[in-house]
Amino acid sequence: MINTALVSWKAFGPIIPEMFLVCIGLFLIGLDVFSPKRRELLPWLTVIGCLAALVMVAGEKNIVGFGGMIIADSYASFFKIICLLGVILAALMSEHFRRTEGLKQGEYYSLMIFSAVGMLLMASAGDLMVLYLGLELMALSIYCLVGLPRNDGRSAEAAMKYLLMGGFASAILLYGISLVYGLTGTTDIAQIAKYTVTGNLLENPALLAGLGLMIAAFCFKVAIAPFHFWTPDVYEGAPTAITAFMSVGPKAAGFAVFGRVLFTGFPQFHDQWGILLSSLALLTMAIGNITALSQTSIKRMLAYSAVAHAGYSLLGVLSGTAEGLSATMTYLLTYGFMNMGAFAILVLLASPGKRRESLEDYKGLAKTNPMAAFLMLIFMFSLTGIPPTAGFIGKFYLLKAALGAGYTMTVIGLVVFSSISAFFYLRVVRYMYMSDPQENIALDFTPGISAVLGIALLGVLGIGLLPGSVIGQAATALLGQ
Amino acid sequence: MFTYLFFLYCAVMIVGTGLLAITMRNPVHAVLMVLVLFFHMAGLYLILGAEFLAAVQIIVYAGAILVLYLFVLFLVSLRDEVKMDRFVTSAWLGRIISVGLAVSLISMLPTFVLGQKGHWPMAAVIKATHTKALGMEMYTSYILPFEIAGLILLIAVIGGLVLAKHDTPTTIEKS
Repeated sequence: MINTALVSWKAFGPIIPEMFLVCIGLFLIGLDVFSPKRRELLPWLTVIGCLAALVMVAGEKNIVGFGGMIIADSYASFFKIICLLGVILAALMSEHFRRTEGLKQGEYYSLMIFSAVGMLLMASAGDLMVLYLGLELMALSIYCLVGLPRNDGRSAEAAMKYLLMGGFASAILLYGISLVYGLTGTTDIAQIAKYTVTGNLLENPALLAGLGLMIAAFCFKVAIAPFHFWTPDVYEGAPTAITAFMSVGPKAAGFAVFGRVLFTGFPQFHDQWGILLSSLALLTMAIGNITALSQTSIKRMLAYSAVAHAGYSLLGVLSGTAEGLSATMTYLLTYGFMNMGAFAILVLLASPGKRRESLEDYKGLAKTNPMAAFLMLIFMFSLTGIPPTAGFIGKFYLLKAALGAGYTMTVIGLVVFSSISAFFYLRVVRYMYMSDPQENIALDFTPGISAVLGIALLGVLGIGLLPGSVIGQAATALLGQ
Repeated sequence: MFTYLFFLYCAVMIVGTGLLAITMRNPVHAVLMVLVLFFHMAGLYLILGAEFLAAVQIIVYAGAILVLYLFVLFLVSLRDEVKMDRFVTSAWLGRIISVGLAVSLISMLPTFVLGQKGHWPMAAVIKATHTKALGMEMYTSYILPFEIAGLILLIAVIGGLVLAKHDTPTTIEKS
């Protein structure tokens, strides 16, 4: 007795953007294999595909599908937009990067799109199983992307380290999920919250252990100390465009999952995870900013700065309020723009055979290339958090949210460590404007890199000067869910 | 009683062979330890009445995947071990942290209580046969995770090809 049922295509409504992106990814592989002469089209097709997906995501309105496994609400679509922006900017950057580094593989763009599919699934996951699979989909594609330049020993080592550490973090996540599943009998995030109350699990140490293991794994994914050890090596070893991508997309997806699991699945445990996360945030800000002081490579400095910024973003999550979460969302968008901009300058300065990643290479850039130096100045100001750039607004709202929730110590930490961070960000500016040039670098503003710089500049100044619109968007995204 | 003893035997063997697999120097020995581990995992599935999973575990993991591992080991001569710098220089710090984690995880185990039961109690699984129950769940409620897992395998294939393919710069330049 086999029951047959017609597949109802309506059921696939919530994942149409994801399915569309998978098709684009497969199409790009096909194009690369069967028509290698059209390779220069690949980045542009990636951008067009992601823009189309972006439009679809923006139009999504609170659909729940697959029995609660997919929740395509406005919270998810805000994070999805950040991830897709990350892919678009990274693809545009790669268009330039390809010329200097000679990355010939067409699979590069497909892998980028597939990892975006993973991020979108993570953002709208309503079930721990979908969450885990989305995370693996994203991570696996990124391991491959990190290891792509085959003639570079650095990236092979980075890919290897990332794969091993990522596998370890996945194992910890699965252990946590299995404990929570055993105790509650469900993997549905909203059901977990209900059962912890009805099943009398609020004081259960085993559930706390499961939650702790899950938090540890998420901290690994967004590079929160003490789970950040992989970050500097992997960020330095990966191709620069991929580093930029990694610091925006996966981080946003990680925070989406963080917010969803903690706010929907374990809201009753806020007392416990609030304190845990606030100490982790302090530690992360301290380690990220203090280690960044002694770096001589800008790429490595930006890696430590990524760790520090993960610590800042945590401030909104730990406050446990909708206001805090919307501050984190805004900050991640802001960070995406300013970090993409800074990495784009790194990509712009690199030329075949010369990486130009050390601080020395930036000496006197203002005299030889005033345009690039000025853009770098704006991005560094924004990363420090100096008004009227977006970085200031982002930090201001995080600070307000954490203060409102009563985490005064963490807020003091944020202010202290932000002022320490001014030293190494502004050191770049000092080298550019107050030293004499070492060599005359001829920069090649290709359409791809110009577009990235333009969008990043627009984002940084736009959010900085008109903060209300984005904050409002993030707030309605939360309240509308 | 018998199932309990059998479970204990399987559990001890899994932990033991797992430890041996990561400590043994010779990679072939390590792979063989993993083979023993997979057989005992299949034993655990049998206790749970999941005979299909047990069979798949032996056919796919022990049969196919481990043989692939062995082939890789034989074809690629692994003379020099891959060595990476420690992230944390002090080995004792790592030991203290791992022992602490193990102790705290084991000490919370007694507080574990089984959660709500799902739609498939043991009797229902036996009545419908395990394979059918698995298929019905997999292709209805869990169709989305199933498809995502398929996509992950696709990435693994593409990634493996991309990373393993040898660039022949001369042919690319010519074309």
